[in-house]
Amino acid sequence: MATSWRFTLILCMLLMACGGLSLASEEAEPRNSQTDTGTGSNSNATEEGGQGAVPITTLPIVTWKWHHVTTQYLVALWILVAWLCKLIIESNHHVTNVIPESVLLICFGFVLGGMIWGADKMQTFRLTPTVFFYFLLPQVILDAGYHMPNKLFFTNLGAILVYAVIGTCWNAASLGLSLWGCHMGGFMGDLDISLLQYLLFGSLMAAVDPVAVIAVFEQVHVNDVLFIIVFGESLLNDGVTVVLFNVFDAFVSLGGSQIDAAEIAKGIVSFFVVAFGGSLVGIAFGLLISLLTRCTKNVKIIEPGFIFVMGYLSYLTAEMLSLSAILSTTFCGVLCQKYVRANMHEHSVQTVKYAMKVFANGSETIIFVFLGISAIDKVIWVWNTGFILLTVFFVFVYRFIGVFFLTWILNRYRLVPLEFIDQVIMSYGGLRGAVAYGLAVMLDENKIKEKNLMVCTTLIVVYFTVIWQGMTMKPLVTWLKVKRAEVKELTLLEKMTNKMFNHTLVAIEDISGQIGHNCQRSKWKYFEEKWMSRILMKPSARKKQDQVFDVFHQLNLKDAMEYVTEGERRGSLEFIRKESVAIDFRKKFESEHSEDMPGMRADMSNGHCAKPTTRDPIPSVSVEMHEHAMKAKNEAEAVNAHNLLDQHLYKSRKQHRHRFSRSKFIINKDEKEVQEIFKRTMKNRMESFQPAKTGVSPKTVIKHTKKEHQQKMPKGKSISQTKLCYSGDEDFGFSEGDSASGYDLPYPSFPMRDSKPGGGIENSAFVSDLYPTESLQIPPWLAEGELDSSMVAPSLRAQASPPTSPMEMRHLGLLRVSTRSTDTKQMNNDQLPLPPTHPPPPPPSSHM
Amino acid sequence: MGSSSSSRNKIPNAQELMHQTGFSSAHLLRLHDRFESLDRDNRGYLSPDDFEALGGLAMNPIGGRIIEAFFSSGQDTVDFSSFVRILAHFRPTDRNRNKEGTQQELPSSRTRKLKFAFQLYDLDRDGKISREELLQVLRAMLGLQVTEEQLQSIAERAIQEADLDKDDAISFDEFKKSLEKMDIDTKMSVSFLK
Repeated sequence: MATSWRFTLILCMLLMACGGLSLASEEAEPRNSQTDTGTGSNSNATEEGGQGAVPITTLPIVTWKWHHVTTQYLVALWILVAWLCKLIIESNHHVTNVIPESVLLICFGFVLGGMIWGADKMQTFRLTPTVFFYFLLPQVILDAGYHMPNKLFFTNLGAILVYAVIGTCWNAASLGLSLWGCHMGGFMGDLDISLLQYLLFGSLMAAVDPVAVIAVFEQVHVNDVLFIIVFGESLLNDGVTVVLFNVFDAFVSLGGSQIDAAEIAKGIVSFFVVAFGGSLVGIAFGLLISLLTRCTKNVKIIEPGFIFVMGYLSYLTAEMLSLSAILSTTFCGVLCQKYVRANMHEHSVQTVKYAMKVFANGSETIIFVFLGISAIDKVIWVWNTGFILLTVFFVFVYRFIGVFFLTWILNRYRLVPLEFIDQVIMSYGGLRGAVAYGLAVMLDENKIKEKNLMVCTTLIVVYFTVIWQGMTMKPLVTWLKVKRAEVKELTLLEKMTNKMFNHTLVAIEDISGQIGHNCQRSKWKYFEEKWMSRILMKPSARKKQDQVFDVFHQLNLKDAMEYVTEGERRGSLEFIRKESVAIDFRKKFESEHSEDMPGMRADMSNGHCAKPTTRDPIPSVSVEMHEHAMKAKNEAEAVNAHNLLDQHLYKSRKQHRHRFSRSKFIINKDEKEVQEIFKRTMKNRMESFQPAKTGVSPKTVIKHTKKEHQQKMPKGKSISQTKLCYSGDEDFGFSEGDSASGYDLPYPSFPMRDSKPGGGIENSAFVSDLYPTESLQIPPWLAEGELDSSMVAPSLRAQASPPTSPMEMRHLGLLRVSTRSTDTKQMNNDQLPLPPTHPPPPPPSSHM
Repeated sequence: MGSSSSSRNKIPNAQELMHQTGFSSAHLLRLHDRFESLDRDNRGYLSPDDFEALGGLAMNPIGGRIIEAFFSSGQDTVDFSSFVRILAHFRPTDRNRNKEGTQQELPSSRTRKLKFAFQLYDLDRDGKISREELLQVLRAMLGLQVTEEQLQSIAERAIQEADLDKDDAISFDEFKKSLEKMDIDTKMSVSFLK
């Protein structure tokens, strides 16, 4: 273990060659252990030349060409190492519950750095500004922008801007001036730092770091408002930081004497230019992305790529124009998210979402690991107790003062004032991170004599804030009883009422004659719907953007998923395809309803789940079984099914095998291939249940009519009437919320299995069902559903085409994941979905 | 200061209103100005027409309902004190005041806000939101984006979510319970200018 680690590490050590800086070529073999300080390319060239010059005497079968791949190999290896660190950390949940991941990553960085130091006697890998600002930071920012909760963000934009602009300026100025004051007071001994340099240092220390903040706050789950303020501040203050840094950098170069009012005025102007210019670039790119995704219909595979490329371009463009790149990318993401999601194909949206998370999370990991590694370097450690401790102290204290003062002002205008506890957390969440470090490393050593001290101090502040404050954040949040984010369950009524509230507030603002933000929002919304959507969104996507409807749709999907899962658990959903079963998904109004199911009504009124007759006009779904479906134990039918099955098991195997296409997901499209896999799995399963084969009955998930009840009662194990009645919900189940509860009841599966011999074979029906055999007709209701699908209400539509193929099931699965969580659990498109989720049926132990 | 106290005299029983609604005198003055500007004929009361004349309200999909809420008591006029009392529902919830003044609930309390919202749904004032009532609100808000059948399914489902006693309607208690997690304070509050 240790040796393999060491080997990896030694190979890894050349990563930063991609930054073109220092490169040490130390290989496993000691003969190459010279370290050269030249640039990577140079050393590569010489080495290659040397090797090439050796005359070959015989044809080499295998040659060792390390230098061909040095850089790339090291980059890849470092990524791997960093991610492995994360893997190790995340597999210890009890540790991450106490210590945030970012802290652990930095500690891993220390260890790795130590190893490199031990091997190399110098630090060959550091986080260089180039790598950080151009390759690691953009995706983190793009992800933050793209997944920004827009409404929350814009509602709190005022507060965020105040903290980001004024707060950051305050931090910079106060820190710089206080340090200078202390310097003058003689607390730091002999240091060659001028006032301007102190201010420069203050400005690079001022900004709260987005990466660190996201990493810590994501694990703490504080309430939304608090989170968005800290998070938004950390993103938006970049504009300020960049400007302050550039201005003071320029001032330092100019020297104190040449700074006059004009220069200062220029500095202030440049702030607005940089901040607003950056945002504008971002908005322009956001619009471009939106427009672009309108017409990527034919290149679905690379569709997601556009988002990343354009996002990166927005970063680079802003950087090129010396505007704020972070602001640019943030706004690009914020602006395009809505349209991108509406325009692109659903799969692409999922891809973007997960790929974004992969990139962001991955580079965040690398950033933290390298922050740790960078510390293990003798060169930068210049100790000056006064300077370092005072900086840490001032950073901490001024953050508190700034936040409390600004909140005090803001609270006079805020609808819901920020509470004291929130302010404490906000202050405490002022984490500094890699941005500060990156800026510090960028300082010019010729102009600033004490650069190393500054870098070192920056690192210490970063460690102090990230490690100490990060670690104590969670206990503090618990201790102060900060309002946490609530896990909300999606409900329609809530969404509806929410929407109504919005309208109400607008109306009240109208009536009471004031233009509040509700009014503005409604005007913006109107404008947005009228113009922006029209231009940026596909016409087809524009139609379905209502939120209430969205929620409704998602809830239905969820139910459908539960329905499928439950159906599978119980064996098969095959009954919905049986022509003998007529499921009438159309609405049943009172007359029909009572006609069709007199028995059911009687049953239901017995139990306490009885529904009053007022329910009748419900557009409910009744699933009705015809007489002969009741005789489901028809053995001949079952045997038929098996014959069918066996035939097909061996037939299609050769036809659909390896197919590859770069432009299409064949597996997705080609149902047959999916089914092929199915057949194979099912064949195995069949074989294992051979003995039970004879007693097969096609399993039917039966909507009880009275008859069905009667059938069940004697066979099943004493199910009480009331219980059955609970399952009476099934009758409404398909379209409605309680369908889940109808199925979730644990009992139905047992009586079913017990009552029917050879329960295991239930699954066979499931398989035979999946064959698109000619003999299987599309049930009339399905055809109907397809015909007037535009007419049918969506819930009904969902019912009308229950997932009939694994592909669709997976489809639903994907959707469900998307509506639920933003975690990085990725449902792999290429995976074949079913076998794992399908619990092997229990052996038919209880033969009757 | 002198001018404000003199104009406060114009407002009938200002003290009582302030006590009941929690508005400050500056708020009241402002609202009184607004009231007077809405009351174009200086009649001392407002009629539904006065509200309908507001451009924004005419565009609001549930504007009609909100106007109705002002005329809840069956009259077709609203005087200043009722006007203020209705608007007081939208004050941000006053945390400190609520604690001390438990004997008297301000209109801006959570329950009162919810009650107001509930009444916006409950057209026939029978204390229950029926499916038809829900459907009407939905129809107004979603409008043309969704077909009638979809609306019906949505309404159906919304009722089912909240309906605990299975009477196919949402009572106020059910309404309150299903919105338990909602941040009513923020969502039903307007920052009144001073």
